[in-house]
Amino acid sequence: MRQILELLERDAQLSHDTIATMTGLPVAEVSEAIATWEASGAIRRYKAVVDWDTVDEDPTSETVTAFIDVSLAPARGVGFDDVAARIARFPEVRSVYLVSGSHDLRCTVTGRTIRAVSDFVSQKLSTIDRVQSTATHFVLKTYKRDGDAFSQPEPDHRLPVTP
Amino acid sequence: MKPLNEVIAACPPSGIRRFFDIAAEMDDVISLGVGEPDFVTPWRIREAGIYALEHGYTTYTSNAGLPKLRELICADLAARYDAHYDPGTECLITTGVSEGLDLALRVLLNPGDEVIIPEPCYVAYEPCVAFAGGTPVAVPTRWEDGFAVDADVVAAAITPRTKAILIGSPANPTGAVQPRSALEGLVRLAEQHDLYLISDEIYDRLTYTGAHQCLGALPGARERTVVLGGFSKAYAMTGWRVGWICAPAAVAELAVRVHQYTMLCAPHVSQVAAVEAMSGPGDDVDEMVADYDRRRRVFVKGLRETGLDCPEPGGAFYAFPSIRSTGLDSETFAERLLHAEHVAVVPGSVFGPSGEGHVRCSYATALPLLEEALVRIERFVRSL
Repeated sequence: MRQILELLERDAQLSHDTIATMTGLPVAEVSEAIATWEASGAIRRYKAVVDWDTVDEDPTSETVTAFIDVSLAPARGVGFDDVAARIARFPEVRSVYLVSGSHDLRCTVTGRTIRAVSDFVSQKLSTIDRVQSTATHFVLKTYKRDGDAFSQPEPDHRLPVTP
Repeated sequence: MKPLNEVIAACPPSGIRRFFDIAAEMDDVISLGVGEPDFVTPWRIREAGIYALEHGYTTYTSNAGLPKLRELICADLAARYDAHYDPGTECLITTGVSEGLDLALRVLLNPGDEVIIPEPCYVAYEPCVAFAGGTPVAVPTRWEDGFAVDADVVAAAITPRTKAILIGSPANPTGAVQPRSALEGLVRLAEQHDLYLISDEIYDRLTYTGAHQCLGALPGARERTVVLGGFSKAYAMTGWRVGWICAPAAVAELAVRVHQYTMLCAPHVSQVAAVEAMSGPGDDVDEMVADYDRRRRVFVKGLRETGLDCPEPGGAFYAFPSIRSTGLDSETFAERLLHAEHVAVVPGSVFGPSGEGHVRCSYATALPLLEEALVRIERFVRSL
């Protein structure tokens, strides 16, 4: 069953029929399992992995991404959880992790412009209670994200017919 | 001019070559004719090769190959198949199974010795026997039996000149995995008639319906068996050219002797990469095998839906559907399919008379291409 999720995670467009063939499970069982996961929220949603750098668009519609490291003062009883939850609620914030090292949280933030992200950090994020400091790292180029490498796929060097 | 070597001159060029030439001329060919993985060597292994170059591992190694690599191979055979070989005296690193096969035959054969080869089989078996001075004796296997070797058929081909039996399992081109009982039958024959067994196990890691049986691990087999293996298929390392021979010390010693004069050693950089292949985490191999299996299931089901009969291939990455229902011979089928739909497959007759009526389709190709190939094959079959 776990195999079905792993297959969908790689390619959400696989048909239930194909998944059934690949796993050797009956189609009905595959469909039922997927419906159950969709209902329970184990499968949140399906989305495309977009390499925006290759999309030729109006430059004003570009987005910028930044990693923001946040240092926090923990509170008795909740540690960092309450502040992390507050930060996570902002739609600009794409991900929030509690991390080891010199900072406590690592967030990914997207915005229309560098200015928009800077404003978000200085006006929204830094002003949250118990946020002690932030360090902002703007993304200049994406080479790989979530296991997908954004470079040209390696060409097939094989000869067309070999023994 | 005096005539060239008559054995080599008499050996026909591989029947695959002609299809290569036609396919190479065409655009938008979907090739199911490729006998190698579509994966590139996993990055950790390539990285080890780069490191080896950077650090000047550009010299010869000992003739038998890097001791570390031989230890890893023997430990792996012991752990995986309960087959036990001494890395010091019973294991040799070769430049692929191709060299391993050549060495094994040269070491075992005297002029005129016969080698029994169940067919359909890999295209190099018979020529290599001939090049080594032997006489190949092909014996048929049947599609209806899943290409399992019938010991009685083999026994009927044994003569006083018979020296060895050469078998590949899992097999190129059929994808067939020999059942344990069939292999045991061969071992019994070998014991009765004092024959050697040469076992090409290059596809050992690519089995989908049951565990691989190493021929050298069967009772009674070890002292008369030469096991050939390599890195090309499981680790997607075809171009690195690394393989190995595991055999009783007397055989391995002579194999090293030929190897030291003809090859000297397998490429050093490739051996370093092979060490990484065997010693690093094996998740990448497991994932490739799982991926082949998924494609195998989709492809075989799809072939059957095109109207072709396809036996279930238990290993390697080949399907070997029957095309008898089309009324065409395999060469005509392959040629017309290539011209009409630009799908390259290899006629089964290339691999021996028992391959007639079949074509070899490699499913080591991306899934969307396989699905498109199935659409084209179905259109072709229905048009006949």
